[in-house]
Amino acid sequence: MTNSADEPVGPRPTIFVEKQTYRMRRIMDAARLVPLLGVVFFAIPLLWPTDPEMRITTSRTILYLFGVWVVLILVTMRLSHVLRSLPPADRSTDRGGAL
Amino acid sequence: MGALNALIAVCLSYVALLFLVAFFAERSAMRGRGGWLRSPIVYTLSLSIYCTAWTFYGAVGYAARSGLEYLTIYIGPSLVMVGWWWILRKLVRIGRSQRITSVADLISSRFGKSNLLAVCVTILAVISATPYIALQLQSVTLSFAVFAEAGGGGQSLYTGESTALWVAMGLSLFTVVFGTRNLDANERHHGVVMAIAVEAVVKLFALLAVGAFVVWGISGGVSETLSRIDASQLGQWQVNGGRWAGLIMLSAAAFLCLPRMFQVLVVENDDEGHLRTASWAFPLYVMLMSLFVVPIAVMGLDLLPEGSNPDLFVLTVPLSQGQQGLAMLSFLGGFSSATSMVIVAAIALSTMVSNHIVMPIFLRVTGGGASVSGDVRHVVLLSRRVSITGVVMLGYIYYRLTGGGEALASIGLVSFAGVAQVLPAMLGGIFWRGATRLGALAGLSVGFVIWLYALFLPSFGPGFILSEAALLNGPFGIDWLQPQALFGIAGLDPLVHALLWSMMLNSVAFFTVSVMTFPSPLERLQGAQFVNVFQHSGGPRSWSGGVAQSEDLMIMAQRILGAAEARALFQREATRQGVRGDLPEPSPDFLESLERELSGSVGGATAHAMVGQIVGGMSVSVEDLMAVADETAQMMEYSNRLEAQSREVTRTARQLREANSKLTRLSVQKDAFLSQISHELRTPMTSIRAFSEILRDSDGLSGDELNKYASIIHDEALRLTRLLDDLLDLSVLENGQVNLNLRHGQLGDLLDRSVAAAAASDDGRALRLTRDAATEALSLHTDLDRLSQVFINLIANARKYCDADQPTLDIRVTDHGDLLWVDFVDNGSGISTDAQDVIFEKFARIGEPRVGGAGLGLAISRQIMQRLGGEITYLRGESGAAFRVSLPRPAMAAQ
Repeated sequence: MTNSADEPVGPRPTIFVEKQTYRMRRIMDAARLVPLLGVVFFAIPLLWPTDPEMRITTSRTILYLFGVWVVLILVTMRLSHVLRSLPPADRSTDRGGAL
Repeated sequence: MGALNALIAVCLSYVALLFLVAFFAERSAMRGRGGWLRSPIVYTLSLSIYCTAWTFYGAVGYAARSGLEYLTIYIGPSLVMVGWWWILRKLVRIGRSQRITSVADLISSRFGKSNLLAVCVTILAVISATPYIALQLQSVTLSFAVFAEAGGGGQSLYTGESTALWVAMGLSLFTVVFGTRNLDANERHHGVVMAIAVEAVVKLFALLAVGAFVVWGISGGVSETLSRIDASQLGQWQVNGGRWAGLIMLSAAAFLCLPRMFQVLVVENDDEGHLRTASWAFPLYVMLMSLFVVPIAVMGLDLLPEGSNPDLFVLTVPLSQGQQGLAMLSFLGGFSSATSMVIVAAIALSTMVSNHIVMPIFLRVTGGGASVSGDVRHVVLLSRRVSITGVVMLGYIYYRLTGGGEALASIGLVSFAGVAQVLPAMLGGIFWRGATRLGALAGLSVGFVIWLYALFLPSFGPGFILSEAALLNGPFGIDWLQPQALFGIAGLDPLVHALLWSMMLNSVAFFTVSVMTFPSPLERLQGAQFVNVFQHSGGPRSWSGGVAQSEDLMIMAQRILGAAEARALFQREATRQGVRGDLPEPSPDFLESLERELSGSVGGATAHAMVGQIVGGMSVSVEDLMAVADETAQMMEYSNRLEAQSREVTRTARQLREANSKLTRLSVQKDAFLSQISHELRTPMTSIRAFSEILRDSDGLSGDELNKYASIIHDEALRLTRLLDDLLDLSVLENGQVNLNLRHGQLGDLLDRSVAAAAASDDGRALRLTRDAATEALSLHTDLDRLSQVFINLIANARKYCDADQPTLDIRVTDHGDLLWVDFVDNGSGISTDAQDVIFEKFARIGEPRVGGAGLGLAISRQIMQRLGGEITYLRGESGAAFRVSLPRPAMAAQ
């Protein structure tokens, strides 16, 4: 009834985007990567020696784990701050085909 | 006793404070001044209901027993939050665009609004939440008990059961008051959220205070604390790798699937932007919550006598140091953790129970639809309230029945593993369009059964449903069905074992059945809407684009209303708004009136959806689409009706045309007849006049001549009389003034007489007759004279009109039981098709009259047959002209 087939509803997606948008897309990639890094870093203690002689002390483990935690929090804080300035249109089309 | 009394007083004032906070938050939200209620910080703090009493008290106990493993419970959710761009962002967007009210609603909506699925998820959620609520009640009771003991001796007034009951009732009351105040379409509860945000601050502050006291007050600094930790029994990293990884995964899954977490994460979310803040603020919060857990645990193990309950170190360590105030604060922290969890869990569960179990049953029982909307709203609220009380009381009953276990953490993990069964269906639903309802159902059932069998029932210990023998050797001695060593794989940690099998088989069942089944249209539609939510919903648009929107609206309105009318409407609105130019601001007023205008053309739902699409802010839900489809169906039905009517009109017009042409033909025939009859009348009149003039004027006519002229005059007069008789006869018959003279007679005799009479007339040629005397041996009871008149007419017609060289008339008699047929078939060329339907009309004459006749014979015959109860018809399909006289049976006398 409203839009006929011969009129495209929105602008046609392009193959390349502007530098600003490109930067935003990479920041989204980073935002996706953070939890994966977190998984890896939180899994590293599993590789630590189990031999009673060589065990890592709890205080070091605490420092390591909380250190990873704080770094993750800071990185996420920074990324989400940058993502705040993302134009709304880009947020919705972040899965589009353009690079 | 004094301490206990003070505690009760503090506790009550704290509860009163919470009531006040909730009340004022609710009130300012209702007055629309609640901007500060919707800040990202409040949202983040509300997420802290993840940290229940299990966290507050149990984490220290957990650490005292298993070292750093307790961290997994916080690392999992932290990873989910920092990975918000993957899952949470999508969940929240879906929740907002589809107006999801609970995790059960999410699953059911995704899979074609299947209520069966919703019921399954609800049951699963209630089963796994009940022990958890019991756990909260128990923690409050235990902490009271600690104070009662510390208060010295006077335990006579104190019983744990009554505390638990009072707490349960108080919580129900609070939740009913603030959780079901209104039936908001978005299910947001500002009062409750504000209260739990306050509680979040209290519990964090309390735990940090106890931690700071332990580190700086007792140990004397950070480095001293760390060395004390290394020196303790928890001094070395010794964590079971399977549990470490499994529990991180489990807590991450539970964070997404727990009904109460879904409630605060998705349902209570006001703004997607809040997620951005929470993505780092919530991990920070839980990190702070877990920061001092190990120091407190180590200090508790150091300071307190052997055998003290490590779950209560948070309380007992300050108490042992004589820090009554700090202990009180710590108690309030634990109290806050317990209450906020129970409140939100009760709201979330009651929404599910009421929407997916109580209401469908109510609607089915009452048989009413949603037609009585006022009543239904009332019933919904009531069922929510009853469900809330029911859920909390279920927890209380569970607590009373089990008597409260010592290890708080284990039941928490069992509960987590239960709700985590929803995860495959949830993630599959929002990321994979191929997921189907049956797949989700299969996955959920498989996971639920394995969880129940391998983890939940064994968690009660041997003897509860599963006997000890069954637990050790499998039911009925079937080895590979051992609950804690399925498929004969023993030696795993029971939790990891159950988690592994349930999640793995759950996912496999979900995937396999999904691949093998075919989704319904609604499922596919919902699947597309969920998976591609970012393409469909478009996000909140346009603080900048007022004019652009108005232009879009204008273009749309032009297409629907027509250019001139749309422009006039917009111009009018712009003038009313006092805006220069002819595009008005898209204010709510304007949008409403535009929508009304459009709905006149395209239907309400369609107009709403179209305006919504352009203005944004909300997406088209499936209900909207269904409504559009309904309207379209109505329009199609209407147009079908119109089409049917127009077809009928066409048919009527055709009939009218036919009738008209028949009338015209009859009129032409009548004119022809009139001229014919005047001609017929004139011819004898002329000869009568001529011959009578000869008789009058001529002298000397011979006797022969006189005789001849006189007989001509006589014959012509007879012909006139006959003609007039016929006309008279017809008019009498038509007016129904004829009296029938019914007599008995034989059909054969009647035909003999008719043939003789017809032969006596001298016009026409000689006719050969074929008859069968045997069939004519029938007795009749009718007006024989009239019937013979018909026969004579038919035979005479054959004589006159049969154009064969050797004219032959075949008279066949057929007895049909209740009907008698007498057929008169000649061997001429018959009557043309278009003449057939007028031969029985008056004045009808076929072709040029070669022989005299007024064209009344058949009309009279038809009238006679009607009087006699039979009929005379023209028989099609014979070689020559053929007439059938049908006589009804009663006209024939019994032999």
